[in-house]
Amino acid sequence: MLAKRIIPCLDVRDGRVVKGVNFVNIRDAGDPVENAIYYDEQGADELVFLDITASHEKRKIILDVVEKTAADVFMPLTVGGGIRTMDDIRDLLNAGCDKVSINTTAIRDPEFIRRAAQRFGSQCIVVAIDAKRVHDSRFEIDAKRDVPDWLKDSKELQYLLIPEEGKREGKLWEIFTHGGRRPRGIDAVKWARFMEELGAGEILLTSMDRDGTKDGYDIELTRAVAEAVGIPVIASGGAGNLEHLYEALTEGKADAALAASIFHYREYTIEEAKRFLKERGVEVRL
Amino acid sequence: MIAIVDYGMGNLKSVEKGFLKVSCDAKVTSEPSVIENASGIVVPGVGAFRDCISRLKELGLVDVILKSIEKGKPYLGICLGLQILFTESEEFGRYEGLDVIKGRVRRFPDMGLKIPHMGWNRVHLKKRPPVFDSVPDGSYFYFVHSYYVEPEDTSVVAATTEYGIEFTSMIWRDNIVAMQFHPEKSQALGLKVLEGFGKICSGS
Repeated sequence: MLAKRIIPCLDVRDGRVVKGVNFVNIRDAGDPVENAIYYDEQGADELVFLDITASHEKRKIILDVVEKTAADVFMPLTVGGGIRTMDDIRDLLNAGCDKVSINTTAIRDPEFIRRAAQRFGSQCIVVAIDAKRVHDSRFEIDAKRDVPDWLKDSKELQYLLIPEEGKREGKLWEIFTHGGRRPRGIDAVKWARFMEELGAGEILLTSMDRDGTKDGYDIELTRAVAEAVGIPVIASGGAGNLEHLYEALTEGKADAALAASIFHYREYTIEEAKRFLKERGVEVRL
Repeated sequence: MIAIVDYGMGNLKSVEKGFLKVSCDAKVTSEPSVIENASGIVVPGVGAFRDCISRLKELGLVDVILKSIEKGKPYLGICLGLQILFTESEEFGRYEGLDVIKGRVRRFPDMGLKIPHMGWNRVHLKKRPPVFDSVPDGSYFYFVHSYYVEPEDTSVVAATTEYGIEFTSMIWRDNIVAMQFHPEKSQALGLKVLEGFGKICSGS
């Protein structure tokens, strides 16, 4: 049986890990390779580098990071953040990464996902979705809503939009970009399905309501997306303890759970997390 | 020297670095002469069957691969490198493969399971090829694929894996060993497989 995956995520800026393992000993906490080795030894199933490098000139540094990591650590590696062109994807794959995670560029131009999947194969195209629950009050007053132009212009894709108040059914989640600051007016569940149609091979789903809270994943969101698509879904945002991982992988129906701080701050090792899951009947690789 | 066949698809660097990690001399190449003189050949790759075959044809590599196999040179196929050995694939209609192994490449049936089959799954041995000498039966390896192989002659099946159905995850016949999973992405056990292939090629 296919094992559920546990995936630590490292934030990298200018080639240095800025949110990663909180080493107490002499090792270089900012070294991506050291961090990757640490998680490799613990039996992490995959690794995600989120590149938060702001300056465009320094964007090539991530390629060097990927290359060095791939020379020492032999596990699936995903890189997300700032991917805008086919060349960006090609360069990352050539450097040794296995999957790229695309967020804002997919919102700006969904056809980019189709082209990327056709050229590189769906298996390496992950679409990252940052979503927040729609609360009617907030939705109505938010003046910053930035619906992409292609969506404003397309009749047939209007269904992706969050409907007006009164026409909404069930729970809804809206897509945000720019670190959760910019609402885009798009229904996250429908968007996930649309991305699958265009060729995405996996969804990395982050609840922006829960991210950083340690209150647990948004299980309803995770389940809604996991049931809507036929491709794997990685739950992200809110992991605070092992019970949360369990919930995401069972009730939330996620195929993988991504977490950062609970592993970085060594509250739990990956192995402890997997033992906990295995004792509760979740198939994991130990 | 082991030749890692470069046909412009997939993550060859990981395979090369994997061999380097276990101190095997391996080189990424698309030169037929280098492949011809290599002690063993590796065909890795993820992506589409059709593109893989047509790229190999464009680069004039089909002949040298077939000849190498015929001459008994060790062949390691990974993912697409397994699938292209078969007679035909149903990816994009029907597409012809190298026909070294009789059988078909088929898409996973719709069983409500996620496709691609992506992640770690167990490899259950039916017979133990030398590359698996130091790998325990039932070990987890990393998979990422939507199609699987179905050999006509089941005696070539070296391992199976379960994903809704029990499918062939490794074949072994004479000098050919080919696997659906990715040893170059399967941490320590994966490196053992590469190391095992290196030993076969160096005759030790």
